[in-house]
Amino acid sequence: MKLLADRELVWLIGGILAFLAVATVIAQVLKGRAQSESARATVDNLVARIRAWWVMVVVFGIAIATGGYGSLVMFAIVSFLAMREFMTLLPTRRADHRAMLWTFFLFLPAQYYFVATGWYGMFALLIPVYAYLLLPSVQVLAGDTEDFLARTSRLQWVLMICVFCVSHAPALLMLEIPGYAGEGAKLLLFLVVVTQVSDVLQYTVGKLIGKRKAVPSVSPNKTVEGYLGGGGLAVLIGTALWWATPFAPWQAALMSLVIVLAGIAGGLVMSAVKRDRHVKDFGALIPGHGGVLDRIDSLCFSAPLFFHLTRFYFT
Amino acid sequence: MLLEKLVSALLRGACRLVTGAQPRWLCDPRSLAPRVYFANHCSHLDTVVVWSTLPDALRELTRPVAARDYWGHGAVRRFIAHRVFDALLIDRKAAEGAEVIERQRQETLEAMTAVLDSERSLILYPEGTRGSGEAVQPFRAGLYHLAKARPRVPLVPVYLGNLARILPKGAALPVPMQGQVVFGPELHLAPGEEKQAFRERCRRAMLELGEGRA
Repeated sequence: MKLLADRELVWLIGGILAFLAVATVIAQVLKGRAQSESARATVDNLVARIRAWWVMVVVFGIAIATGGYGSLVMFAIVSFLAMREFMTLLPTRRADHRAMLWTFFLFLPAQYYFVATGWYGMFALLIPVYAYLLLPSVQVLAGDTEDFLARTSRLQWVLMICVFCVSHAPALLMLEIPGYAGEGAKLLLFLVVVTQVSDVLQYTVGKLIGKRKAVPSVSPNKTVEGYLGGGGLAVLIGTALWWATPFAPWQAALMSLVIVLAGIAGGLVMSAVKRDRHVKDFGALIPGHGGVLDRIDSLCFSAPLFFHLTRFYFT
Repeated sequence: MLLEKLVSALLRGACRLVTGAQPRWLCDPRSLAPRVYFANHCSHLDTVVVWSTLPDALRELTRPVAARDYWGHGAVRRFIAHRVFDALLIDRKAAEGAEVIERQRQETLEAMTAVLDSERSLILYPEGTRGSGEAVQPFRAGLYHLAKARPRVPLVPVYLGNLARILPKGAALPVPMQGQVVFGPELHLAPGEEKQAFRERCRRAMLELGEGRA
């Protein structure tokens, strides 16, 4: 297997598994010590989250191990599930039916097809240009003008977040970075690890020492301490992983900072969307986490930024 | 036999993929006693969704009530209705003359009670025809007459959510959004309960499932 030939990749994956193993042990210790009702609920949620993490890591590991196409298929499925969750929550009308079919059955597969073939121009333009103009045209032909601007905007937004943004993660594999040929999997892993570790550490630090609420009207559980502590630690971890990337340590630090900040913004924006639609989670597919979109909200924002910064400065 | 099994599995798989529907049970999903499931009717997907979210053992015992003028047409539909769903096809075409209508109604009722008497369950749509999906229409009297004829058979309200958005009237292809299926708590016709009151109570029980209050 090519996977085992790449020492750095083995170290990265081994590190993730070790991290999860430690988390599992800590959770079991906490479980034994939880006394109050609320503490037990928190620990139960933690255990469910960690169990789901094992599943997600295995799925993602298989995707990475099967090479570019494996990652591509996995992210296409993630896009599909996220779009299903998002679309379900939005008010649509009968006249939107055809345009919704196009988003699922034309634009989603086409976007991933262009990632697969490495056709950068179409990958970057398909949704912001072609879908942007075609979808409202399809909608207007259905003849219903009620709430038209809002209806067409919602479809654009769903497609941008769930397909366009998410597809930038596997698209990292198509970048041609001098001296880093065929090693794109590690770049993808770097993005996902920093994004998700940042989420996890913000949550953990916030739970442990969080006091000042950061944006109570949007996301009451987010604290300043969580953002600074968790985000700061995630930047340190990202910096410490520079050896797996084409970056120098200071570049890895800046990239991690961008990923963390974008992830925070993504989490907040998607929380606001949930508030707007009066739901707590986008779905219930991942026990302890909520829906797929709840898990990847930060990745939706960090992936495109990370992709374009890397593409601009390193290819 | 093999073909029926294959089509059945394919239909259930497709239904799962398209609607992502995971049933929520507020009554016992293991009870094999005959029941009448009554659901809101808003899409061609309704029967497939209720039928495919029933546990295997219940599904084999359950016969959907379906309109002959739709399911009796064409070889594919007939095959699915008879061999896969084992549907009870009924006439809903407006017949001429009060006498004929009354006889048709009586025959339908007898066919349904016969199914219950043979220890099997029914799926039916008390609104009669498919609504627009936006509001649950007033119930027709069929459910009341059936409950009166077999008062000991439990009635189970089933709420189907979002299916009209997934596959609205007149659309050929479904948008794979998340559907919702809730099987509510069993209810019975109370002794001496009036037709109108019973119809309204059943309708409310179904609507409450959709509002997530039950």
